[in-house]
Amino acid sequence: MKRWRYLLGKIGWAFFTILFVLILNFFLFRVLPGDPARAGVHDPRLKKEAIEAIRVRFGLDKPVINCFESLNPIKIGSCDVNPLDTQFFIYVKNLLQGEMGISYHSNRPVVDILAERLWNTILLIGAGQILAILIGVVFGMFAAWKARTSIDYGALIISLVAWSLPTFWLGIILLFWGSNNGLPIGGMQTPGMSSQPFLVRAGDIARHMFLPTLTYTIVYMGEYMLIMRSSLLDVLSEDYILTAKAKGLSMFQVLKDHALKNAMLPLVTVIAINLGFTMAGAVQIETVFSWPGLGLAIYEAVNRRDFPVLQGAFLLIAIAVILSNLIADLMYSYLDPRVHTD
Amino acid sequence: MQDYFLEVQDLKKYFLAGRPSMFNRAVEQVHAVDGVSLQLRRGEVVAIVGESGCGKSTLALTLMGLEEPTDGKIIFESKEITHANEHDRKLLRQRIQMVFQDPYESLNPTQTIGEIVGEPLDVHGLIHSKSERELKVVKALEDAGLKPAETYMHRFPHQLSGGQRQRVVIAGALVLEPHLLIADEPVSMLDVSIRAEILNLLADLRRTRQISIILITHDLGTVGYFADRIAVMYLGRIVEIGPTHEVLTNPQHPYTKALLSVVPVPNPRLRRERVILQGETPNPIHLPSGCRFHPRCPIVVERCKVEDPAYVETGESHQTACWMVGT
Repeated sequence: MKRWRYLLGKIGWAFFTILFVLILNFFLFRVLPGDPARAGVHDPRLKKEAIEAIRVRFGLDKPVINCFESLNPIKIGSCDVNPLDTQFFIYVKNLLQGEMGISYHSNRPVVDILAERLWNTILLIGAGQILAILIGVVFGMFAAWKARTSIDYGALIISLVAWSLPTFWLGIILLFWGSNNGLPIGGMQTPGMSSQPFLVRAGDIARHMFLPTLTYTIVYMGEYMLIMRSSLLDVLSEDYILTAKAKGLSMFQVLKDHALKNAMLPLVTVIAINLGFTMAGAVQIETVFSWPGLGLAIYEAVNRRDFPVLQGAFLLIAIAVILSNLIADLMYSYLDPRVHTD
Repeated sequence: MQDYFLEVQDLKKYFLAGRPSMFNRAVEQVHAVDGVSLQLRRGEVVAIVGESGCGKSTLALTLMGLEEPTDGKIIFESKEITHANEHDRKLLRQRIQMVFQDPYESLNPTQTIGEIVGEPLDVHGLIHSKSERELKVVKALEDAGLKPAETYMHRFPHQLSGGQRQRVVIAGALVLEPHLLIADEPVSMLDVSIRAEILNLLADLRRTRQISIILITHDLGTVGYFADRIAVMYLGRIVEIGPTHEVLTNPQHPYTKALLSVVPVPNPRLRRERVILQGETPNPIHLPSGCRFHPRCPIVVERCKVEDPAYVETGESHQTACWMVGT
């Protein structure tokens, strides 16, 4: 019962946060300067009718919201327009129907663009995260077990260095190294691969994935290792670890049954929050390696002032962060019995 | 020579103070336990009393085999266990169990009470079926005073009070049916009202199960309660040991006298002269020469500063390490 109440409370909060982001996201892009029509105004070849046609195509001829024609520059408009005929309500209505508008640049629906990009990002981040978690946890455990020995200090130095490396710099260095070793340095597939059988294609994608995944793994592995090490050291100094030893558990059993579950708690939070943020954080890696994911889409959209794509991507990232936080909360309640009963 | 159940001979445990480095090769040592000898009969309760930092807890951990002794011997059930190997140590764990000081820290917060109490059974392979496990866990919980056991089995430690938690800790130790229980300040973290209950429980266990208990405490008030003998420890060594009644009513060592003089007495009219010790406990790295109590001793003489006192019989099985005893 208490567990359900906790769950419903958390889901409710997540819902309200998303609602808030939704509204903020709309006004953010209406305050920013530069719609496509205005950008084209300076082109003397563009006729007035053509500009008007562009504005109508993207719905920019409608007032932003009641009483405001536009937000940048602020232009007070009429207050008795039909509220349902303002940009804000059209935006909300479209969102409810799963529409995010049309890209200024490619004229394609934003939903389609983001959908194909999202899977590429998930593939890259998923592989990178899994590797970073595995390596980080194992190294962290090992370092904590061998605490204050040269193994521990070695692992500490490596992970501190790895954590502090600038992502783009590491990416460029690995790119140089990879190009000298015959690895593909950009994109996701060799052209012409789409007609090949599945296994050949998968192998080709894996080769393309290698360098960006390696970069991602190195950068995040250090963080996970450091957290795992210090959290495990904390737990190992607890009295219940001593009690477990006194009961006759071997070092392995103590680690497996008592230390790990308690030591994983802080790590779960960090991983979940990272997962959300790295949707956007992959911008650097995807740009360096031209990986056609969400991050590259954001980078391109910024350069092109392609606001609908940016707006959609921002919304997606916000939802990813909120959902991953929600998942962290729920996992926490499962892993730590103290959470939901208090 | 009596056949003792547990015999500790000149046990020493030194810790390195810091680590050897390029600049400092000779690392100093903390003399946590420095030559403790102790005998225990079956079913006997010995209390080890002393200030914080006198080495009581280190002694307990060393007896448990959780710390490797630096020197000396531990003989348990006529077998030397000082440096037992892993296999023997695991067998010993069934027979020597420990109750830790802080019941808020010594229970894993993610396990249920049933899992905590049942775990030693799984580890030692003492059960063959689920129902057998349940039966033993229930019995241990009820023996530890948690009745009815079923209502506690599926709860988590944070849902219990301090006294209940300490009972869970005791149940977890009892489930293996140990012969020796080492209780390291089992009641110091509990409310005064709960202390007597837990001590009563330990006294009952000793009576019904013939368990020997080493009770470690800094509180002389709780000791008189059920210990057969008292050993007073100071700076890693036992300075006086004897039957409880003897030591409490006729203390010989000046340190014991000082400790006893400050134990609160319920009767306010019963005024006694209090011996307040001067100065701090000396640093266990640089021990004083001669008798280690001499810098704070009210009756110190020249000899104490040079020679370490040997034990003197000051009554039936009552021994004191002091030059001034009997003079």
